[in-house]
Amino acid sequence: MCLAVPAKIVEIRDSLATVELRGVTREASLMLLPEAKVGDYVLVHAGFAMQIIEETDMAETEALWAEMNGGPRTVNLELSQHG
Amino acid sequence: MDEKTIKEKDLSARLLEEIKRLTTGREHPLRLMEVCGTHTVSIFRAGLRQLLPAEVELVSGPGCPVCVTPDGYMDAAIGYARMEDVIVATFGDMLKVPGSASSLAEAMARGGDVRIVYSPLDALAIAKENPEKKVVFLAVGFETTAPTAAAAVLTAERENVGNFFLLPAQKLVPPAIRALLSDEDARIDGFLLPGHVAVVTGSENFSFLAEEYHLPGVVAGFSPPELLRGIYRLVRQAAAGEARIENEYKSVVRAGGNPAAQKMMDQVYETCAAEWRGLGAIPDSGLRLRDAYRRFDFAEARPLDLPTAPPKKSGCRCGEVLRGKITPKECKLFDTACVPEHAAGPCMVSAEGVCAAWHKYGGGIFQYG
Repeated sequence: MCLAVPAKIVEIRDSLATVELRGVTREASLMLLPEAKVGDYVLVHAGFAMQIIEETDMAETEALWAEMNGGPRTVNLELSQHG
Repeated sequence: MDEKTIKEKDLSARLLEEIKRLTTGREHPLRLMEVCGTHTVSIFRAGLRQLLPAEVELVSGPGCPVCVTPDGYMDAAIGYARMEDVIVATFGDMLKVPGSASSLAEAMARGGDVRIVYSPLDALAIAKENPEKKVVFLAVGFETTAPTAAAAVLTAERENVGNFFLLPAQKLVPPAIRALLSDEDARIDGFLLPGHVAVVTGSENFSFLAEEYHLPGVVAGFSPPELLRGIYRLVRQAAAGEARIENEYKSVVRAGGNPAAQKMMDQVYETCAAEWRGLGAIPDSGLRLRDAYRRFDFAEARPLDLPTAPPKKSGCRCGEVLRGKITPKECKLFDTACVPEHAAGPCMVSAEGVCAAWHKYGGGIFQYG
């Protein structure tokens, strides 16, 4: 039910975006994501853009790798700690 | 294979190694619960249960909105579908869910007008095209889907569409997690938190897990490496005796979620007690329309006088499966009297149901922890 797919916004008219994923275009409402702009990659669920996709940080994956190899932990440390 | 795939493969292998290292020698297996049907299916599809060591047990919780929708709701939807002047619009996975005596698919076969839609806005479009009919959208789903129906209601109000209605049964994930944890036999050591619910609510919405229950929770994405990262983080916290909420799906999950979606939900809905199949009534776990939008609630606009559905005696144990109490294999009906083509319960009907996943990926032949 909570399935969502990434797609690129290619056009915006009022609060309706045309989004494209691998050559397939669809319409997605921007009512829940008014800040989205043409060119943004967004997560689309049930006909609505839900969030702008930020490029995943390769540095974080590298830090995870280093951590697994015995390095100090640097990932997710900014989150609140309850321990 | 492209370079990214190779890297992901390496990363997954390394994560698995590390998960094994951190759990070797544990006395009891770590029981980690996912509460998202899309996670359930991704875990099975990727074969993660077979890859993980025996010390890590993945348990599926009530993460499929279709599965937790009670008989009475289906009976009402079926009742409306039989009415001449009503069109029922629904996500496709609701069609075969059994009510107490029938299903929407059966109502459709008997001439009921049931339309499958991809978005609540499609249901609104049907309402505009059929002004002489009442169009009722079956508003099921968790926090991910609830704002989309709220947006459709606000659009209907703005455009003055008088024949568009919801049959609301949306539910909230945190109260269900609390209900599960109130059971002393729950034996859950951590939660793989639903990525797309958290897109809307934010990862902070789950901080109660750490603060009140001293349990770790990790928001995870849906690809195999993303799921493994989530599991690794949980295992690592458990090994260190920590309990906090981590976000391993930062590409779309922010700590505070999606404010516009939250605002729209808050404008249109208020919380109410809701009935969950398998869990019973849970306070403040459901959403109903606020007074200002109550006219969009078809159950209020046209109340149905339905007999209270008697409890079924089919032997279906979906309720226990949904609480992670038993695995599908422990149900006598699994893969015998209950298969997707003629299912006894919703966990086998929905493509995201736990029983359907067990059935599809190996028919239960594997030792799934």
